[in-house]
Amino acid sequence: MLRFCLALILSAATAQAGTKVRIAAAANLAQVIEVLATEFQNANPGAITEVTLGASGSLVAQITHGAPFDIFLSADMDYPRALIANDQVHSTSLTPFAIGRLVLWTTNSQIQLTTLEAALTDSRVRHIAIANPDTAPYGRAARETLAKLLLASALRTKIVIGENVSHAAQFVASGNAELGFVALSIVIAPQLENSGQWIEVPAAWHTPLIQGAVITNQGTANPLAGEFLTFLQGSVARKIFARFGYRVPALP
Amino acid sequence: MSDPATTFLGLSAPLWQALGLTVKLAAITTLILGIFGLPLAHWLNNSRRRITPFIETLVALPIVLPPTVIGFYLLTAYSPQHPPGSWWQSATGTPLAFSFTGLVIASVFYSLPFAVQPFQAALRGVPNEMLDAATALGTPPRRVFWKVHMPLAWRGIVAGLTLAFAHTLGEFGVVLMIGGSIPGVTKVASIALYDEVQKMSYSTAHSFAAVLLVMAFCLLLIVTLLQRRRQSI
Repeated sequence: MLRFCLALILSAATAQAGTKVRIAAAANLAQVIEVLATEFQNANPGAITEVTLGASGSLVAQITHGAPFDIFLSADMDYPRALIANDQVHSTSLTPFAIGRLVLWTTNSQIQLTTLEAALTDSRVRHIAIANPDTAPYGRAARETLAKLLLASALRTKIVIGENVSHAAQFVASGNAELGFVALSIVIAPQLENSGQWIEVPAAWHTPLIQGAVITNQGTANPLAGEFLTFLQGSVARKIFARFGYRVPALP
Repeated sequence: MSDPATTFLGLSAPLWQALGLTVKLAAITTLILGIFGLPLAHWLNNSRRRITPFIETLVALPIVLPPTVIGFYLLTAYSPQHPPGSWWQSATGTPLAFSFTGLVIASVFYSLPFAVQPFQAALRGVPNEMLDAATALGTPPRRVFWKVHMPLAWRGIVAGLTLAFAHTLGEFGVVLMIGGSIPGVTKVASIALYDEVQKMSYSTAHSFAAVLLVMAFCLLLIVTLLQRRRQSI
């Protein structure tokens, strides 16, 4: 019985190697990655994508501890660089694939988003959701924006922290937080379209959200990881990113 | 280095604040569960109504329900944009999500079976003859419950209270979903530890985890000792 189980596990492992690509993706990609994965599978018949979502910093911690991912799609360039510095990933594979946009979002019809300052200082706003600035680049960008507006200390008690940017978006979507700094890709995704209003944060107010992908050490043995990285830079993926509100990097 | 108060046992002031908050949350939750859980356990033991098994199942549900299910329902219920969250908001002027009160309500649900089930077992363990004797002497039922039944079941009741306290200390998933990680308000010990691990400050995480481990061990030891003494009588 034990031998049978072992054989089963081994055969499952060998059968999937090469046909499956395991993707660790930053939470802002939650909606777009589904579309990307479907397109990738269409282009590579037989390929299976397996997606794990989380704050970029959490995913880095997981990869550092040997989590089974082939490719890591970060919300910035710093986290992949930290992995390169620790020899956890294939150093030359780091590639920017999209540029994220930060928005202030509300699902509360009473709150006017005429300007960022006016909305943030509206007395009806009790809670402002952001992603964890220590692990999520979108949370860090939100914190930088508040600092830039000189509102960081005045609004300190209103800040509620989601584990990642999707979690912060849940606080807004459920109406528990009147405002939230989230990724544009989340609020214009088909799942949430037309719920509430949003206003974009000027890109100059925070560190650019240039999102980089990198192949992990484990992924170097999986040809599909390289295929997926190439796919991310191709015209199909670029169109999808643009549809979900990302800017795309200039072609090399 | 900084003054001793901020780095006692190698842990910073915010971590001690998180631990203090957790103990406060567990204490208030335990108090509420003691007040409402005991009559509930007594009623469940004695009620012969058709609805009783359903209520008893509802009480036990948090044992098997993923905390994310409880967290998701509470997040939806707390929303000030629709009832019941909007009722609370108009009655008190403050929303429930991201508040300490919100955490207390969540913890009462989450730890309910861990108090009520030991209460039920403890109350059931008192021989019926003793209660019947008290009743035969003309003691009113309420007085029998408080003066005879409760004192004879105290070990099991204390075990239930300790278990409820310990279980609230271990709460994580629900708080993660409805808390918002506000220092001093909703950032409890388990969340603070999670944040330290996320930040990869492993040495802090190690000392903090050790403190929580020792606390949990001591609490469970109390429960075990209480139950062993009961068996030996």
